Amino acid sequence: MKILVTVKEVATVEDEFEIEGTEIADQYLGADLNEWDDYAIEEAVQLQEDGIADEVVTVTIGPEECEQTIRQALAKGADRAVRVWDDSLEDVDLLDVNAKTEILSAVVEEEDPDLVLSGVQAGDDSFAATGVSVAENLGYQWGAVVNHLEHDFDDDLASVRRELEGGVEELTDIELSAVLTIQTGINEPRYASLRGIRQAQQKPMDIKALADIGVDESTIETELELTDMYEPESESDATFWEGSPEETASELGELLRDKGVAQ
Amino acid sequence: MSDVLAVADHRRGELRDVSYEIITAGRQLADETGGDLHLAVISGTVDDFAEKLNRDGVDAIHTVSHGEEFNHDVYTQAIAQLYDDLAPQYVLTPNSVNGLDYAPAIANQLDLPIVTDTIDLDNDGETLVATREMYGGKVETTNELSGDAVVTIRGAEWPAAEGTGDAAIEAFEADIDEDAVGSTVNGFEEVGGGDVDISEADVLVSIGRGIEEEENLDLIRDLADALGATLSSSRPIVDNGWLPKNRQVGQSGKVVTPDVYIAIGISGAVQHVAGMKGSDTIVAINTDPNAPIMDIADYAIVDDLFDVVPELIDEFDG
Repeated sequence: MKILVTVKEVATVEDEFEIEGTEIADQYLGADLNEWDDYAIEEAVQLQEDGIADEVVTVTIGPEECEQTIRQALAKGADRAVRVWDDSLEDVDLLDVNAKTEILSAVVEEEDPDLVLSGVQAGDDSFAATGVSVAENLGYQWGAVVNHLEHDFDDDLASVRRELEGGVEELTDIELSAVLTIQTGINEPRYASLRGIRQAQQKPMDIKALADIGVDESTIETELELTDMYEPESESDATFWEGSPEETASELGELLRDKGVAQ
Repeated sequence: MSDVLAVADHRRGELRDVSYEIITAGRQLADETGGDLHLAVISGTVDDFAEKLNRDGVDAIHTVSHGEEFNHDVYTQAIAQLYDDLAPQYVLTPNSVNGLDYAPAIANQLDLPIVTDTIDLDNDGETLVATREMYGGKVETTNELSGDAVVTIRGAEWPAAEGTGDAAIEAFEADIDEDAVGSTVNGFEEVGGGDVDISEADVLVSIGRGIEEEENLDLIRDLADALGATLSSSRPIVDNGWLPKNRQVGQSGKVVTPDVYIAIGISGAVQHVAGMKGSDTIVAINTDPNAPIMDIADYAIVDDLFDVVPELIDEFDG
């Protein structure tokens, strides 16, 4: 079985930050592997270790700067990476779901995997829609918000659990080929070993422009336009206790005693 | 066209709250576009659901009787056919786990843009302005769309519709192609049982990402012991395998309503708040004064938990 994992480098934001126009000012931004994708990578690598996956390929939409993040996935065990970037994407504020779908679909078609694992959402734009959209676009089956995957695939079925609200899980069989969006907690993502990190440097990374994967620039014109960004108004009417830890703990202790706690 | 087609959410014979909230959101949008609000209810006991959903503001309810439980292929086919029939401007769905399992497919199939997890919607007659969060709730953004679109709404952001409506209830004969149904739901399982039921606790000491390392959990256990409280947590602690699922407070865990809820190192993501906002008294201990948990806290200490918690243990053990 061949597995494709979508991997995104997401922007992380410090607690204190400033907004410039419709963006967070650069100096408050960091970069990290998308948390949900980390679980998707781990699941793929475990499928490889169980002898089910023959090849694990990652696909990323992102500029050269995100290669270090992609190498993390290779260091954890993915075999090779595909990175799509294009000058025409440089000035796009926010790639909407349809634009991502066009690009990722082209790569999925080229790679022809049996299973695509995609994080439920990205920690920055949080659309939580691209995986299912790609599946529908390509005629793959799918399952959203998967928190358990059986590693046997009897009868070419993926047996999964979907994490519904309120502590209920749905037990579902999905025909392959399929896209599964992977929820955090499905496994325990490993840390890359030093050996893995060294090996990752030697693993292939294909860099493709839109033309290379047959995507026309005009089809990725994003229809959703980001027009404003602001900090949510704080609605806090909490009583803030101030002072040393000893003082604040004492205030809290008094409140708890008033409420009859520990008595 | 200017109509709105909203889709109800149900599971195991019960309509979910968001089904009533989406009527409010849909009515508001239909008023702004000058159109009608259509509601689709698909699978399960649709006639019973339709009767319950017939509240103020709904113009028409379309029932699709096919199977008992949610199946995304059935939903996708039925909604696409309703869309062809009704030609609405907006398809509105809940941003629930099931909503996210079909809304993107609808958008792709109908070649419409999609905007998910909206918390406010406004249409000036031409352009839709959708408000949504980014970066885990650190910022809100407005996003503009012209033309038709698929929009998912976050639960508990709009009030539930009330009253009794006079909607026309019609059975919609969807032509479901069984060969195109690629997944089968075999059942459901409640998770998070076990040694303790946090929803029964009077006092909860709840820990989040701020604890940093598994070894540090002992500090919080000591506090819970000193207070005679029950230990609970936010999602990342359970994801890490540091506490079992039955300790998780939030949308995908347990809903709790203790007398006192002490949130330690928990930022207060919307999914967490959904599970504890009904607590009588909420205390937050967090280094970030702007963390969303502060919006719901009654009392707060902005400080390092590793400095405050030992002092608090001393207060009660000393």
